[in-house]
Parts: sequence; structure tokens; C-alpha cells
Amino acid sequence: MSVILVFLLVVLGVAGWWLSHQRLMSKPWLEQGVPAAFPDTDVTGMPTAKIALGIFLAVVGALFALFASAYFMRMDYADWQATPLPSILWLNTAILVLASVALQIAVIASRKGHDDTVRLALVTAGLTTLAFLAGQWMAWRDLTADGYLLDGNPASSFFYLITGMHGLHIVGGIVGLVRVGARGMGGRNDENTRLGIELCAMYWHFLLLVWLGVFVLLAGWANDFIAVCRQFLI
Amino acid sequence: MVEVTPHANNAVPAAEVADVELYHPKSWWTTYVFSQDAKVIAIQYSGTAIAIGMVALVLSWLMRLQLGFPGTFDFITPEAYYQFITMHGMIMVIYLLTALFLGGFGNYLIPLMVGARDMVFPYANMLSYWIYLLAVLVLIASFFAPGGPTGAGWTLYPPQAILSGTPGGQAWGIVLMLVSLILFIIGFTMGGLNYVVTVLQGRARGMTLMRMPLTVWGIFTATVMALLAFPALFVACVMMLFDRLLGTSFFMPALVELGQQLEYGGGSPILFQHLFWFFGHPEVYIVALPAFGIVSDLISTHARKNIFGYRMMVWAIVIIGALSFVVWAHHMYVSGMHPWFGFFFATTTLIIAVPTALKVYNWVLTLWRGDIHLTLPMLFALAFIVTFVNGGLTGLFLGNVVVDVPLSDTMFVVAHFHMVMGVAPILVIFGAIYHWYPKITGRMLNEAMGQFHFWVTFLGAYAIFFPMHYVGLVGVPRRYPDIGGTSFIPDSVHTLNAFITVAALVVGFAQLVFLFNLFWSLKFGRDAGGNPWRATSLEWQTPTTPPPHGNWGDTLPVVYRWAYDYSVPGAPEDFIAQNDPGPQTGHVAGPA
Repeated sequence: MSVILVFLLVVLGVAGWWLSHQRLMSKPWLEQGVPAAFPDTDVTGMPTAKIALGIFLAVVGALFALFASAYFMRMDYADWQATPLPSILWLNTAILVLASVALQIAVIASRKGHDDTVRLALVTAGLTTLAFLAGQWMAWRDLTADGYLLDGNPASSFFYLITGMHGLHIVGGIVGLVRVGARGMGGRNDENTRLGIELCAMYWHFLLLVWLGVFVLLAGWANDFIAVCRQFLI
Repeated sequence: MVEVTPHANNAVPAAEVADVELYHPKSWWTTYVFSQDAKVIAIQYSGTAIAIGMVALVLSWLMRLQLGFPGTFDFITPEAYYQFITMHGMIMVIYLLTALFLGGFGNYLIPLMVGARDMVFPYANMLSYWIYLLAVLVLIASFFAPGGPTGAGWTLYPPQAILSGTPGGQAWGIVLMLVSLILFIIGFTMGGLNYVVTVLQGRARGMTLMRMPLTVWGIFTATVMALLAFPALFVACVMMLFDRLLGTSFFMPALVELGQQLEYGGGSPILFQHLFWFFGHPEVYIVALPAFGIVSDLISTHARKNIFGYRMMVWAIVIIGALSFVVWAHHMYVSGMHPWFGFFFATTTLIIAVPTALKVYNWVLTLWRGDIHLTLPMLFALAFIVTFVNGGLTGLFLGNVVVDVPLSDTMFVVAHFHMVMGVAPILVIFGAIYHWYPKITGRMLNEAMGQFHFWVTFLGAYAIFFPMHYVGLVGVPRRYPDIGGTSFIPDSVHTLNAFITVAALVVGFAQLVFLFNLFWSLKFGRDAGGNPWRATSLEWQTPTTPPPHGNWGDTLPVVYRWAYDYSVPGAPEDFIAQNDPGPQTGHVAGPA
């Protein structure tokens, strides 16, 4: 369970940092009136949707950290045989990076009001993401063809399970991207559309990060590192 | 220390908090059924939770009938008994307590208490309820599926959960259970994001975090915990579903069943236990923290006294929330884990008793020299304190490895967790319903029926669970439908079992009186007015009762003080509402 504990430690750190700015030491029974230090309330000026997405990403992060924890714990049992990594995953990774970059370009372009660039970037992001999903599907087919089946060794079971779960989250993101894209394509460049594009970018960057983690996990590069960590965590 | 505006006694206009755009329902369907109003969603959540809770109550009767009078009822076969305990446990913990505290009270109280018009994402909020309802329907469907519901025990431990020896293991039961849980988690995540973000972003002007009523703090912290803990259950459910349906071996070791070697091999049931309890222990506090928060407000209001140690109450809630993530393996002392692990988890478990005890002291100190009104909410709050202390003390026993090992899987454990996370939070739920029913409906609940309900429930719960500790200490194991003539079990256990069963039936029937009261008072209850308890928090200050869609009429409230200004010396009344700027000539209390 070390991965999820480290993840929670990070979440706890962020929450603690935030709480430390919330005047937890104040004595509310002595204070009357509307605090002048905060013109409205002490709510942040960040868009509500962005905060919600941030919290949702923490939940998604916990989900994948738990999968990683389960992966490492299951790995210790005698029947584990690592699954070879389909080489197409390298290409897929590059494609997903491309999608993330495209969305970042869309964010910058929408801030500057370059509507054509926004359109191009959104379409690129959508197509590359679909290409990523197709690539993941090919990776599954490669593995199946080589005899690494879902109900075979637990290593391959985990491969399908975790990549599948990541793919599902990408699909969910595409739904959001299509909704935002429909607005962006129509040439609308209002605050809502800009925010929508930013949220998409944030989600894609996070899922890219998760994918890199999953890639490292499935490739087995993290094993030695985890073994060292275990020395400390028992 | 914050500066306080010198003209604080003059009312400050509210307009600076942007009004949210409200969804305006156009038809009967969107007003009462597919409603996006948090208050309607709250009532839908509560109604569904109570309805499915009644099913769990009936299941507990059936179990008790079997334990009290074994062999008398032919239809309660051992398989049926396992199905009853499984469904009773799962329904009570997840579909009743979690849904009612967070989906019910969270939805109703958060927007009202922080001075918002609604949740920040009403559509997702509505979806949350409908997915919850779907989860409940899938769960109920398992009663009618071939093979019946799963009988794996509420912990669903593999490998037995998906083997043919367990009811529903190779039939529909376990699949429907896992699917239902997955749906519940998806639905809860939508609602949970709403509760958290509304507290973060939706607060009215002047409502700083440290002015929020403890109810909101409890629900807020519990929701954050639930958002981080439920993924563990999600992962466990998905992986078990794969094992059951797709033939993977995440949790399933090599097995021979009825002389047949199964296809599984190499998996680890312990892995499931880790995932399950990584969710399961925080779950205890996901239920307890809202109860802690609500009970603090009930005690303060009905003792006409500010809550003792507000800051420490807030810190304790947050610390309990954080600590509860590092105690999970105390449910696994007998799973053969490394003794050092046991030592570590026993230590963290006992540390968590510190902030918890702090809260108990603060409740008692709030009562100290308070003007205690023995209203129904107060009675339930007092009963909660006693019950929680009782259940908590046996928790100290079970938290220690050496004491837990002989007591593990006995009725002592059953008595412990029913006291601490069954009876105690339920008492708070009752207290809270008696407290907020006047706001929800505009009418008071009937006092006589309420008194009857309280005394039978409170004393009855002790009649059920106190003897159960003894039964467990003698060594009677849990999960056995019939202990038969086992030689180490004295006759007194059989007598007590019959007694407990009678008590359980009586307590169960008292709940029917409560349900009747809910409907009866809707029509015949005494008119409550807007603020019958003369309480300070914002939900009692709405311009109309019950609060309409949008809660606040034209202007949002502005908050001038914390939620606990009761019996302030020199004030004209014994409470000052949170949105009351105070007397025009009064002294402006600055920072100390």
C-alpha cells in the first residue's frame, strides 16, 4: 500500500498547506462583523469548475495509486511473470504527449484570441487522442496475439485492467472535449469557452502524467525503486 | 489576527457575492422528480436511504429470530442467514448511513448553513441521486435474482465470496452486489465533489471557514475522506468482478472445490483485505464525523451555550480524518501479518482515541452549567454521547493486538461495532431529524410519539447490545446461524439470545412509530414557525419556511459572527443569529 500512502501524503500536504492559510488559529467567538481582510468571503478567486476538476483529479489520482499499490503487492507472489511491453506503447506515449501539447497551444491561442489556431489545436488534440486509443487497442491485440491473455498471468491481467481504466478516463475526457470543441469551433471565444479549454488541458496533462506512471509501472522500471523504498517502509 | 471593519455594526450589503444562476424548473417533473434543488435531492436521498434501511431492519429481525429461537423457522436456512447478514451489513453501512449523512443531510444543510442558494453543480447533484437510486435498485434486484443475494458477509472476502459454496457466489448475487457498489461510488463522487466545492466556493459573505457550524465541518471532512477512500473499494470491486467474470486471479489462490481443481491460481485474498479495509476504516469516520458535527450543534443549541473549544473541535475533526487512513490493518490482526505491522497499527489506532476523547470532553463541557432543554434532539444527543463512549471503550480493547486476537470474530466485535458505528450514528440521525424536521416541513414532530420512540430505542438498543458483549466474551463466534449444543457455551447464552431477539423486535417496531410520526406530523404537527429552537445558524434565518428554491429570497445573507452566540451577556435574547449585525450602539469586539 506504499504508493497510495505516498500519494495521500502529497494530498495531505496540499490540504495542510491550504488549511494553514485558513486562519485555523483565529478565535471566532471574539470576532464580530465582516472581516475586512477578505472583501467577499475567504473563498478563492479561482473559477469554481477549476477547483472541482482539481479535486476530481485527486480522486482519479487516488484510484490509479491504488491500482499501482495492488500491482506491487500482487507482484510479490510466486506466479508473477512480467508481461513484455508492446513496442507500440512508445508511439502511443508520443501521441498522447502531442495531444497534451495541442491542448496547451489551444489554451494559449484562446487567451490571445487566435480563433483559427484554437480550432486547429482542438481538432489536433481530438484526433491524436483518438489515435492514442486506437494505439492502445493495437497494443492489446499484440499482447493477445502473443498469448498474453486477460485471464492468464496476473501481470497481463493488470496490463489490461490498468490500461483499460486509463482508456476509460480518456474516453470521458473526449466527451468533455467534444462539448468544449463544439463551442470553440463555432468561433465563440467567451470566458466559458476559454475556461472549458483550460479544463480540458488540465485533464489531459493529468492523464498524460498518469499514463507515464502507468507506463513506468508496466515496464517494470519502478521495481528496483520500490524495492529500495520498501527497505524503509518495511 | 484579522482586522474587523470598524463599522461592523452597520449592515453590509450582500451584493458582493455573485449570485449563482439558478436552474428554474418548468414542470412538475423537474420540480419534484428530476429536481436540481439540493433540498429536494436531499429528501429523495433520505427517503431512499430510509426505505432500503427498513429492508435491512427486517433482515436483522430475521437473523435475530434464527439466533434467538434456532430451528423454529424453517425458511431461515443457513444460506438464507448468510444472505441476511451480508445484506443487512452492507445496506446499513453504505446505502443507509453514508447516503443519509452525506447525500441527505449534506445536501440539505450545506447550502443553507453556508448561505448559498444551491450546490455549485446542481445537475451533477441530481445525477448523483439517480445513480444512487440505480445502485439501490440493482442491490434490491439481487433479492429476486436466481440464487438470491450474496451471502459472503459484508466484507465480501475472497475466495469464498465468488465460490459456489457461498450463496450467490457462482450465481447473480455477488455480481449484482459488486456492480451496485461500483455504481454507488460513481454516484457518490458526483455528489461528493458538490459538497466539497460548495463549502469551498459557495459560502456567503462573512462566512469564513472558522465561522462554519461544526455540522458543515463534519460533513465537509467526511466527504473529502470518502472521495479518497471509496476508490479503494472501487478498485477491490472491479478486480473481484474480473476474478468472478473474466477468470483473472487477482485475489484467487489455487483452489480445489468439490474435488475439482479450479482455474484460479496464485492470487492473494490478503490483497483484497488491504484494499477493502483501506476503504473500510475511513468509512467508520465517514459516518462518524458528520455525526460528531451534528451532535455538537444539537448540544450547543439545546443547552443554550456556545460549543466548548470550537477551534479544537475543528482541529480534532481534521486530525481524525487524516489519522483514519493509517489504521486500516487493525481489522486484519488475525490475517497472519507481520507482528511489527500489528504493533504499528495498534499504536495509530490508540492515538486516534486522543482527538476523539477531546471531542467527548468538549461535548460534556458544553453541557456543564448549560441551560439544558431536554428536547427530543437533546435526548438523542445525550444518548449518542453515552453510546459512543461505550462503543469507543470496547474499541480500545479491540485495538490492542493481544486482546483482539482471542476476541476476533466473536459476538463481542459485533456488539462493539454496532454500538460505535451503528447505534451511535443512528441516534444522531434521529436527533437531527427531530431537530431539522420543522425547517424541512414547517411543522414540529409529535412530542409524545417522539418520547416513546426515544426511550424504546435508547433503552432497547442497550438491551440488545450490552448482553451481546457478554455473549462474545464467553466465546460465541459471529456469523454462525446456530451454535447448537457446543459444550463451552453455557445455557445463559441461549437465554440471552432469546432476550436479545425480543428486544430487537421491540426496538424495530418502535421505528415504525417514528416513521408514522414523520407522515402524521406532516399534516397534524404543531406549526413550527421559522426558528422554533431559537438557533443561530443560517438555515434557521431563511425568509420563509420551508425554504423555497434558491433559499434566500432576493438577497443573500451576510454573516457577522460564528454559529454559537448563545446566552451572550447583555444581548436582548439568548441567541444572536449569524446574520445579525448586532445592536447598533454595541461594542465591536476586536481581536483579542
